Amino acid sequence: MKQEDYDTDKKEFKSGTGLSLSIVEKQFRFSDWFAEKLIKSVSFFSIAFVILIFLFVFRESLPLFKGKADPEKTEITGDELSHSGDLRPEAYIPGGEVQSGEELSPEVYSPYEEAPETEVLQPETYGDVIPETYSAEEQTGYFSASDAYYVTDEEVDDPVRTLFSKDWQPVSDNPRYGLLPLFVGTLKVTLLAILFAAPLAIMAALYTAMFAPRRMKEIIKPVIELLAGFPSVVIGFFALMVLASFFQQIFGYASRLNAFVGAIAMGLAAIPIIYTLTEDALTAVPKTYVEASLGLGASIRQTAFSVILPAATPGIFAAVILGLGRVFGETMIALMATGNAALISANPFDSVRTLSATIGAEMAEVVFGDTHYSVLFLIGSLLFIFTFALNAVAEFYFKNKVIRRIQGK
Amino acid sequence: MKDSKVNVKDLSFYYGTNRALKDISMVIPEKQVTAFIGPSGCGKSTFLRTLNRMNDLIDNTRIEGEVMIDGVNIYDNNVDVVNLRKKVGMIFQKSNPFAKSIYDNIAYGPRINGMKNNNELDEIVEISLKQAAIWDEVKDRLKMSALSLSGGQQQRVCIARTLAVNPEIILMDEPASALDPISTSKIEELIHELKKVYTIIIVTHNMQQAARTSDYTAFFYLGELVEMDKTKTIFTNPGKKQTEDYISGRFG
Repeated sequence: MKQEDYDTDKKEFKSGTGLSLSIVEKQFRFSDWFAEKLIKSVSFFSIAFVILIFLFVFRESLPLFKGKADPEKTEITGDELSHSGDLRPEAYIPGGEVQSGEELSPEVYSPYEEAPETEVLQPETYGDVIPETYSAEEQTGYFSASDAYYVTDEEVDDPVRTLFSKDWQPVSDNPRYGLLPLFVGTLKVTLLAILFAAPLAIMAALYTAMFAPRRMKEIIKPVIELLAGFPSVVIGFFALMVLASFFQQIFGYASRLNAFVGAIAMGLAAIPIIYTLTEDALTAVPKTYVEASLGLGASIRQTAFSVILPAATPGIFAAVILGLGRVFGETMIALMATGNAALISANPFDSVRTLSATIGAEMAEVVFGDTHYSVLFLIGSLLFIFTFALNAVAEFYFKNKVIRRIQGK
Repeated sequence: MKDSKVNVKDLSFYYGTNRALKDISMVIPEKQVTAFIGPSGCGKSTFLRTLNRMNDLIDNTRIEGEVMIDGVNIYDNNVDVVNLRKKVGMIFQKSNPFAKSIYDNIAYGPRINGMKNNNELDEIVEISLKQAAIWDEVKDRLKMSALSLSGGQQQRVCIARTLAVNPEIILMDEPASALDPISTSKIEELIHELKKVYTIIIVTHNMQQAARTSDYTAFFYLGELVEMDKTKTIFTNPGKKQTEDYISGRFG
């Protein structure tokens, strides 16, 4: 803008002068546009992916609620096997005397074809049991001898209804899929683990953030963070071989592998996570708080507990929730150290079976499309939902309440 | 000059090998306002922080010389730094209330000294807030977070928090530099009131503020104390050419 462009008498710019609009015209910047779209789509996909995983897991559990599992899914057809009893892996006959060679005969592998003639199918002999030959007609009624021990279709409980029972017996003549003991077990282990891990991790973080000399801090922090990458199978192995015996000597409990041992091991896995995040939260508290507190004549201990810790509550809270999530979903340690017995009890020294360990242990052996299969996927979706609910409640309700109490309205 | 409160002898301060303060000697009078002025980086804040050993928090620093408060060398090995800071309170440049309610902010000092009685605490909170001239503004919302207040109010809450510990000396490190003129004038009035009871030492960049609020003024330049005298003398008839140049705005 030049001086002569301005009309001092009229106090306005002379027409046809002033700013040229070409400078401020909208311009299309391809690289900016592209980067923005790329970031947007990547973030969208990552969110969509999580939701899709959940939908997949949930879909696999749907047959449970649609009534009986579709027999075609088992990929086993044939008249003989449409009888659901035939799909059971084993027929255990409690106390039953061995009556004939028929009961001891090996499993049937090829139900599609007509069984070959006579002697070819002759069962093996065990001791004094006399093998018998039988015809193809007898083959069709293969299980007839043990029918008495079978539970017929009418007697088998509705799997959906058994979900609320107290027994987890997925492999049995009358399978019962009670999730209650699994929930109790998971809850017990998770609670114990957090009660063990959170105070330790928070105290350790407080020490490194406030009290430790700089050199010490430079050693401790990376070492504990290194622990976060520790394979859980190694921690589980350690718990299985060392911790279990060690604690048995101290507490003298009956079952060597139990909720307590599992919780300690899982706590070891959760400590690095809680520690790292807590430490970050504590160091993020403004230095001015420390100065203000010390300036008022507070000691370092008083400053740490009455100023730094309360100021870092949101971060510490998030750290504990993340640790909780780790413990909740931990599979390998649970599988190795908790004993895997689906019991309902309040005793921390009883064996427990957690939700995730159940999936880990049984998924590999389950028949595709079976009710059991669907139940395992249902457990998967429940794990998902619970973790989500836990985070949501913590985030939106509990967190605000706690923080408001500590930090004022 | 009135009775001396702080007596500094040949004080030198080092950040590593860098000598930030050079042989400073001065006497600070009791129940008066003493202002430190000087360009940025001249060491006036560092000097202020040596008076309650706040520099102890910084790694790799060293101090030489003596700081006598009421005849006791505060850098003596027998001096407990926690008790020292109870006697020598500090207000910082940026208001720094804790992330707690207003009440808990003020009650923090008495509480760490072991006071549990709620009636006494209520009383101290009220007296301190009144002394800091903010009681009327916050009396209805003592349970609110101190961080929800405006900057000027926060700074006065910080002053109230310091007063609640009942110090003898209050160090102020540019207490009004981040505040608007109205808040600043409130703080200045407050300083004027407080000097009846407390010895106040204030660091400021604002020459008018030093002239308005202080009784004595010390001028620092490049880590040295150039001149210290009554504020009136410094601003009307300074003894050194450097002081005159700085005050008249010729450098700095």
